[in-house]
Amino acid sequence: MRDSVKLIILYAAAAVFCGLYLFHGLNGSFDYALPRRGVKVAAMAITGVAIAYATVVFQTITQNRILTPSIMGLDSLYLLLQTLIIFFLGSTHVTVVNKQVNFLLSVAVMIIFALLLYQFLFKKGQRPVYFLLLVGIIVGTFFGSISTFLQVLIDPNEFLRVQDRMFASFNNVNADLVWLSAGVVAICIIIGWRQLRYMDVISLGRDIAVNLGVPYDRLVKQTLVLSSVLIAVSTALVGPITFFGLIVANLSYQFFRSFKHSVLITGAVGMSLIMLIGGQWIVERVFTFSTTLSVIINFAGGVYFIYLLLKESRSA
Amino acid sequence: MIQVRELSKFYGKKAVVEKVSVNIQRGKITSFIGPNGAGKSTLLSMVSRLLDADTGEVLVDKDDVRKMKSDDFSKRVSILKQSNFMNVRLTVRELVSFGRFPHSKGRLNAEDMRIIDQSIDYMELADIQHSFLDELSGGQRQRAFISMVIAQDTEYILLDEPLNNLDMKHSVQIMKILRRLVDELGKTVVIVLHDINFASVYSDRIVALKNGRVVKDGPTEDIINSDSLKEIYDMDIPIKQMSNCRICVYFNS
Repeated sequence: MRDSVKLIILYAAAAVFCGLYLFHGLNGSFDYALPRRGVKVAAMAITGVAIAYATVVFQTITQNRILTPSIMGLDSLYLLLQTLIIFFLGSTHVTVVNKQVNFLLSVAVMIIFALLLYQFLFKKGQRPVYFLLLVGIIVGTFFGSISTFLQVLIDPNEFLRVQDRMFASFNNVNADLVWLSAGVVAICIIIGWRQLRYMDVISLGRDIAVNLGVPYDRLVKQTLVLSSVLIAVSTALVGPITFFGLIVANLSYQFFRSFKHSVLITGAVGMSLIMLIGGQWIVERVFTFSTTLSVIINFAGGVYFIYLLLKESRSA
Repeated sequence: MIQVRELSKFYGKKAVVEKVSVNIQRGKITSFIGPNGAGKSTLLSMVSRLLDADTGEVLVDKDDVRKMKSDDFSKRVSILKQSNFMNVRLTVRELVSFGRFPHSKGRLNAEDMRIIDQSIDYMELADIQHSFLDELSGGQRQRAFISMVIAQDTEYILLDEPLNNLDMKHSVQIMKILRRLVDELGKTVVIVLHDINFASVYSDRIVALKNGRVVKDGPTEDIINSDSLKEIYDMDIPIKQMSNCRICVYFNS
């Protein structure tokens, strides 16, 4: 029962921030400001749901609480793609200027990359998930290095366009893309939600899960693909927020102390909504846009990451 | 009966288990013994589907294991490996409840609750059923895991070195419980053991492996003699009869 009370409090807080963000300082501008704010809130909600869900299930199947799907090279692939486009085609090319084209291209490239990676690794027979993580990290570093190399060669004005893409931003999301992303995320969550009971068992480890009749290998593959799609969509929509998944997933583990994924994921989603919408409200109204939300999140997340590392190494 | 036929597992070109054929009889405790690296755990993992066999087949009551659905199999055969690190923090009762997963898929009904209570009582865990696993001693934790397997309520129970890291008292406790499972509830227990004296005192049948092959297979009294043990372990081990127990005195041989 206590978990449900916590969830209600969490979502009440999220609703308060949502109301604050939408209506605070609106000055009766219902026709102009409200729809624009609405689109931003929708974008933040989609990103929050996608990242929270993807991170929690990813951490369950990889049996860790520190690495996130972004570490599998998706963030750095996104940046590499943006850098490559601007490097070779210039910042006025249709793939840069037209947001729809850019979005579809980014999602397609990230999903194809993830599928190729898994295909290659699973074809070679039984590999431990750690091998997959290792390859992901190495590939990610490789992409990051190429991007940096190209960015130093680029014209400084063009580089500003790249830099724009390096940090997630909710200030210029496209309304059409929001609905498209919402559809994709909804489909993924509906597919994934039915497997959450199995996820509870998978968190006990492979041996116990197989013993209890869970089709382990199939579910792990499915979940990896699912979380890659979710991360790809949210990254293409707003840009990379590396540490965000880490924060919300771990806060949810600490806050709920449950093994039930239905609770953990609902909790993580609530945390995301509070942090994104509440954070964006503070950025816009308190800091008056002098910084972006993703800078704050990456700063807070980085500090939290170091705290988690220190805590883990002390308990081990 | 579990029938293992010509089962092999290769790591690279090296055979860890090579063309092993064994029949495991119902209603008995069968112990797998043998030196380190003999392939005991690998064999058990293949029988329980934790590991895919390279060749050969396993039949459970004449049904091919590979053709069975995951949850059907898990209602008939359970496996417990050495209890290892877990990422989640669970109470004893929550862990035991997971044993009902093959039957209830996470939605526990009154019948499941009754079986969970029984399994907890059976392992004498009622006092600590709401304690977290990481707060328990090794012996208590091992009992909690066995209680989960009892709640799973399978005909066959496979255990991989359940006495690892346990002191004498808890080892005896666990072995007595396994004996009761067989004698009172009619289960079939297969167990990998390192200490041949536990195998000698508690098991009905012994399968001895060496270098991935079966070297001895038969009733306990046929295996526990100096000649057979010499063949298995390359050691001269005198046997002493003490009341009903045959004890292998291997400490200074």
